[in-house]
Amino acid sequence: MKKKVHLKESVKTFGTVLRYLKIYRIHFIVSLLFTAISVALTLYVPILVGRAIDLAIAKGLVDLEKIGKILLTILISILITGLLQWLVGVLNNRMTYGIVRNIRHRAFVRIQEFPVSYIDAHPTGEVVSKIITDVDQFADGLLLGFTQFFSGVITIIGTLLFMLLISPPVALIVVLVTPLSLFVAAFIAKRTFSMFKLQSEFRAKQTSLIDEMIGGKKVVAAFGREEEVQKEFDEINEKLENASLRATFFSSITNPSTRFVNSFVYALVAFVGALLCLGGSGVMTVGMLSSFLSYATQYTKPFNEISGVVTELQNALACASRVFALIEEPTQTPDKENPVTTDEIKGNVEFSNVSFSYTSDRPLIENFDFKSVEGQHVAIVGPTGCGKTTLINLLMRFYDVDEGEILLDGENIQNYTRQKLRTSYGMVLQDTWLSEGTIRDNIAFGKPDATEEEIVAAAKAAHAHSFIRRLPQGYDTPLSEDGGMLSQGQKQLLCIARVMLCLPEMLILDEATSSIDTRTEIRIQKAFATMMHGRTSFIVAHRLSTIKDADVILVMKDGNVIEQGNHDTLLQKNGFYATLYQSQFVKE
Amino acid sequence: MKYLLKFFKGYRIESILAPLFKCLEAIFELLVPLAVARIVDIGIRGGDHREIFLMCGVMIALGVIGLICAISAQYFAARTAVGVSAKIRSALFAHIQALSQPVADEIGTSTLITRMTSDINSVQTGINMFLRLFMRSPFIVFGAMIMAFTVHARLALIFAVVIPVLAAVVFSIMLVSIPIYKRSQGRLDRVVGKVRSNYKGTRVVRAFHKEEGEIAEFDERNDALTKIQLFAGRISALMNPMTYVIINLAVILLIRGGAISIHSGDLSQGELIALYNYMSQILVELIKLASLIITLTKAAASGRRIADVLMTSTEKEKHFSTKKASSDTALCFENVSFRYHEGADEALSKVSFSLRAGETLGIIGSTGSGKSTLVQLLPGTYLPTEGSVFIDGKNTALYEKDELRALFGIVPQKAQLFTGTVRSNLLWGNPDADDETLWQALAMAQAKDFVEEKELGLDTPVQQNGANLSGGQRQRLTIARALLREPKFLILDDSASALDYATEASLRSALAKLDATKIIVSQRASSIMHADQILVMEDGELVGFGIHRELLDTCEVYREIYHSQFSEGGDKQ
Repeated sequence: MKKKVHLKESVKTFGTVLRYLKIYRIHFIVSLLFTAISVALTLYVPILVGRAIDLAIAKGLVDLEKIGKILLTILISILITGLLQWLVGVLNNRMTYGIVRNIRHRAFVRIQEFPVSYIDAHPTGEVVSKIITDVDQFADGLLLGFTQFFSGVITIIGTLLFMLLISPPVALIVVLVTPLSLFVAAFIAKRTFSMFKLQSEFRAKQTSLIDEMIGGKKVVAAFGREEEVQKEFDEINEKLENASLRATFFSSITNPSTRFVNSFVYALVAFVGALLCLGGSGVMTVGMLSSFLSYATQYTKPFNEISGVVTELQNALACASRVFALIEEPTQTPDKENPVTTDEIKGNVEFSNVSFSYTSDRPLIENFDFKSVEGQHVAIVGPTGCGKTTLINLLMRFYDVDEGEILLDGENIQNYTRQKLRTSYGMVLQDTWLSEGTIRDNIAFGKPDATEEEIVAAAKAAHAHSFIRRLPQGYDTPLSEDGGMLSQGQKQLLCIARVMLCLPEMLILDEATSSIDTRTEIRIQKAFATMMHGRTSFIVAHRLSTIKDADVILVMKDGNVIEQGNHDTLLQKNGFYATLYQSQFVKE
Repeated sequence: MKYLLKFFKGYRIESILAPLFKCLEAIFELLVPLAVARIVDIGIRGGDHREIFLMCGVMIALGVIGLICAISAQYFAARTAVGVSAKIRSALFAHIQALSQPVADEIGTSTLITRMTSDINSVQTGINMFLRLFMRSPFIVFGAMIMAFTVHARLALIFAVVIPVLAAVVFSIMLVSIPIYKRSQGRLDRVVGKVRSNYKGTRVVRAFHKEEGEIAEFDERNDALTKIQLFAGRISALMNPMTYVIINLAVILLIRGGAISIHSGDLSQGELIALYNYMSQILVELIKLASLIITLTKAAASGRRIADVLMTSTEKEKHFSTKKASSDTALCFENVSFRYHEGADEALSKVSFSLRAGETLGIIGSTGSGKSTLVQLLPGTYLPTEGSVFIDGKNTALYEKDELRALFGIVPQKAQLFTGTVRSNLLWGNPDADDETLWQALAMAQAKDFVEEKELGLDTPVQQNGANLSGGQRQRLTIARALLREPKFLILDDSASALDYATEASLRSALAKLDATKIIVSQRASSIMHADQILVMEDGELVGFGIHRELLDTCEVYREIYHSQFSEGGDKQ
């Protein structure tokens, strides 16, 4: 039962592969044609050699002239074969790497359209391993499939034909006995499958241990746990070694076993062929026997290869199905067909009866109502995990509400295109992501055509100019993945400069200064004040001193807004906000 | 690469037996054409039935012996490959653990992980294939040539010419493709980099609506990779056709020469077939070799990457003075300067101060002022570039690593937990602690309540990196873990940042009861203002050292920090 489902999936995956192959159909047809010709010529050569040998019977009984002609035909054949083989190789490479390129491209494009919920729920490593490792494995399998599977099948058919032409009875022997090697291969493959599975299980376990312990190296060292960790590692390593040995050894029995079947076939052909020659009826000549023997090897070889290729292809299909599953992951709902087209966003934001939760069994925000007018500064405060960042996720449509609606200038935000909605917000997050490139590229991220003056002005406003100047290459200093040598605070300053450069109509500052020391923060606050002037702004902060001047403060707890008002009214109310605020100033 | 050879120790016999059996198998294979020649010359031409029966029997017997040899060879090869790579894996893991922090920083976590996993796998495959085929192929090739000489010396000269030509072709294709292969790995790394960075930055990319720009950049890297793969492919696609053509040219020469020899009577028809068969065997063998070479190229590149890590020395050079500090200081910095890399700016410059046992030290300063760096010099995670750090009067450079670390309980900035349970994580602090001790530590770290609330209590599972706990919960567990060590020195490196002020205050008063010398790094003035000594950092320099009241009067930076957090007169004490 289970196997059937598996088969169905393989067929489906194979279908998808064929779709990717479609644009290369000319390559494919030409490649098949060339393979067929070169295989036919390859098979023709032994016949020619056999004929030549038949012309050299014994001393004095040699027709050198005829042999010369045959040899010339052989020469032409092999030159054509060589050329075609090379062309087939090039064509197959082009198809394989082209398909791989397209699959990777497709996967990357799709990721840009994934709902953020998918991205939050799946670690980076998982996606990288699909797009890189799985695609690589698939490429290997595909290339092998192209090069060996087709030439193998054509060789088998071709040899069969030639053998039948030369001697049907001997051909019959070969045909009957050879499939034995397939049975042997299948028998072994079946048994080794579970061993391979065990091996990859241990491998996965070990990898996650490695990932964790190398990532947490400092802590391991600080607690002097090296020996224990090594012990744990060695335990898994030993299990992996045993599983690996079994898998490797038992799977490697296939080759010698099928080879033995081949030698058996070879001996049988030699035996029957020789007896037929002895009969002297001309059914069989020595040259024909020689051709036959060479066919016997050529006919059986593809069986070995194909049995190897089948395992390889199975693995490739498994990898491909993982990648295709990723590509077929549902993307976010598309933008409305007739989106609101307005050049001017004023910044009136309204939450109307909004409910939202990440998982249906744990309600978070319920029936939330809130209205802000353009230019207002809205602060959101509350303890960790209370849903502050969730509100931001909803505003930017990283997540969509479950119920109710969010309105921007009186229109449901789902009626705008995502691009319009998102680019009307300037956003600084706690997570200081920078892209690979120079400092300059990063500041100009949202406005690639910015002038040098604009870039420097933005950096100055964000108080980043002075540290940038001190870097070895100033604004041209390249940043590696994750910002490399910069401190968390410096990265945050760059993120602020990035927003300063392309000031949109509204702002979101989600713990935008959490990694910056309080002194620099005070200086930046001034820049923020200018930046926020006249712009609807949402500010999330745990340092309450930074949000005292906000027009509205939303106090959140466990997903609900429990208090609303400005600093003074909230303090007077003497509720949760007042407690939070006072706790900052513990008495000496 | 040679460096890895020492891991073959203990597998010496296996790694000799594997190719040996392979060669034995090859010998039996090489005998087959001789049997065929006898069938033709004696059996058919001589009309001898018995010879045909005998020789076919011999061929099957050769096959059986070959099978046994081959399976033995596969076994020994698999054992060596798997065993050796398990040893490499264990040694590499141990080595990585022993790497000093600066060295590990320099190499980078992600590449260490790839080397531990995919590189070693590729070496394992490489060793296995090498033992199985690499000896066999030349053996068959040369064996076929030698056998050819026994059949007919003059015609065998063709073999002697063809083999070097083939070798030249195979090796030049290999030599050309190795560097291309390496470059292609480099381009693959760039594709990986783009995917990782894009994925992590989803929110920013979307906020700035840069999806198309990202796709364009990805395509550029993806295309560059495809291009070099195609280039490498075009070159290695030459291997098979070239060997095929060369061998068949040799066949043409062989048959021509053979026909003439038969004509003149010094070669039999059967012998010519044998020579032809040997040529075919060489062709088959070379085709196998060609595919092997790609595997070996990959394995060699991986082996080099592994050896690179194994050969990095675990410690950077030490330089220290042996001078003793005055004995009553628990902790003393003497003119300490520190750089993360050679040529980098000083992260600390000329810092000097000392602290008595049992005192609490508060460290405060701007982002990037050197607070964390200073703290990491204490347990010898890094050693000072200049100057000395003394712990209990002894230079940290003179301590055994374990001896020094045992003195410290550290709560790092990043609250790192490991897969397991709450209990298993806490036991890192003290493997022998009983439940009561664990609960005591949790209570002191203000973590008792939330652990109690969990259904499974101490046995609550912890996912990788503590992903199933909130930031504040993780921080409190790491504090409890450090407390369980009952350390002489307790370091809290901005490790209460995710706690609300009330919880932090309770934590502080709980910690005050400990005898340990405490070092508290914070950005919050309220967290450190009660400390016995406060150290104010600015741009890697020490700009203030004293108690709260003194510093308010004397230290401009401290005053600024303080006022930035206690801005209104009414809130201050």
